[in-house]
Amino acid sequence: MLSVEHVSKLYETRHGPFKVFEDISFRLERGRNIGILGRNGAGKSTMIRLISGAERPTTGRIVRGMRVSWPLAFAGAFAPHLTGLDNLKFVCRVYGVDYRPLVPFIEEFTELGTFFREPVLHYSHGMMTRLAFALSMAIEFDCFLIDEAMVVGDARFHERCYHELFEKRRDRSFILVSHDASVIKKYCERAVVLLDGRLHEFESVDAAYAFYNESLVKKPPVVEAWRM
Amino acid sequence: MASSAETIFPSNLKPFLKCLRIQLRVLHALMMRELITRYGRDNLGVLWLVGEPMIFTLGVTTLWSAAGLTHGGSGIPIVAFAVTGYSSVLMWRNATSQCSAGIEQNKPLLFHRSVLIIDVFLVRIALEVIGATSSFIFLSCFFIFIGWMPAPDNLLMVMGGWFMLAWFGSSLALLIGGGTAFSHLVHRLWHPAAYLLFPMSGAAFMVEWLPRKLQQVVLFLPMVHGVELLRRGYFGNVVKTHYDIAYMAVCCLFLTLCGLYVVREASRTVEF
Repeated sequence: MLSVEHVSKLYETRHGPFKVFEDISFRLERGRNIGILGRNGAGKSTMIRLISGAERPTTGRIVRGMRVSWPLAFAGAFAPHLTGLDNLKFVCRVYGVDYRPLVPFIEEFTELGTFFREPVLHYSHGMMTRLAFALSMAIEFDCFLIDEAMVVGDARFHERCYHELFEKRRDRSFILVSHDASVIKKYCERAVVLLDGRLHEFESVDAAYAFYNESLVKKPPVVEAWRM
Repeated sequence: MASSAETIFPSNLKPFLKCLRIQLRVLHALMMRELITRYGRDNLGVLWLVGEPMIFTLGVTTLWSAAGLTHGGSGIPIVAFAVTGYSSVLMWRNATSQCSAGIEQNKPLLFHRSVLIIDVFLVRIALEVIGATSSFIFLSCFFIFIGWMPAPDNLLMVMGGWFMLAWFGSSLALLIGGGTAFSHLVHRLWHPAAYLLFPMSGAAFMVEWLPRKLQQVVLFLPMVHGVELLRRGYFGNVVKTHYDIAYMAVCCLFLTLCGLYVVREASRTVEF
């Protein structure tokens, strides 16, 4: 089980502390999934970073009772002079997995051909995303963290990602964050909305969907920092 | 039946051993990654780890020999003076410079939960110490072989001085590297500080050659004691040396504790 307990996150800005969100709690059982809806700047990516453990919450705690992935398809950790294969080796060493049996899958999924053994600096954006996604699939996790905005590509790539994630790994948990309510509705069994630094829970995905769409109409997004 | 690990270690050691295994895994991964990102696969590749400090030391040795830097008639061979001096500068300067840029350059790796800031620093320190030590050994052996440098008088003292310099460099690297998480000023100020410390570090003089007043000031700097011990081991009684290893050890211990504390706090505050 994954448990987020009374988590708040503050960032220091030039205009005083900026509160991304306050006192957020939710739980995710093994094998279940949850969608987090929020518009731009609502703190979705911050939430993913906190859950992944890259960053610490200002207050509260996050208990990981299962193996939680790094943010899916995150390509920021690629060093330009490393090849695709080097990056696979790095990830495998960090997680204590033998990389050799994984090479065929990565080569097949990324369709990089000979570029798999070329430095990443020669990759296009699409090649980079395919490699990043494939590496996330190379290590087995109980719970995947998915920032929908990170998995960008053409329709075919999307289809293959969804196949890997939601069909082949349908027994796993995942947390999917998106500003697109239809995506959440399509893949998640439960949904919450991140709005003005608070987490709103709902009985059903439809209720969350309705609330979110209404909030979009009601109020334009405002980003404000306040002094405390 | 209890597993053998349980009979040997008390139960509270097991989580520690598990974490240690993970950390060793991460250190290995980072080490391989760092070697390729820094030196690449072209020409000498990883050998640059040793080649780079060797070129620096050779250059400085040439310059100092040409300038006749050793005190007139002190009986110290200039090549040995330069090699021992500049190699010891590499020990405290390079690891710290590498760590002062370590967080910024490796931040995205922290997305892998088991990769910690301390791992990034430990790898960078290890690489610098390995590089500087190999360069020192290679150059010494080479110059001794062609007769430009005498063999060390007391090898154990040389190793002791070298170890102390490595300790000093490592603890300083942790402190400065960790400090950069709190303020960019630390990174900004480290480079002028390193530049200004170099002439005072004991690399280009023996403490004995200085006026008494200046000796007292210079001996506040911990690395001076390490260089003096190193040279005492190298040249024997040819020159009078001034060092207090207890003082240096206390400084290093203090720096290590501060460094570890700052690094722990840094991993709590790091933001993207």
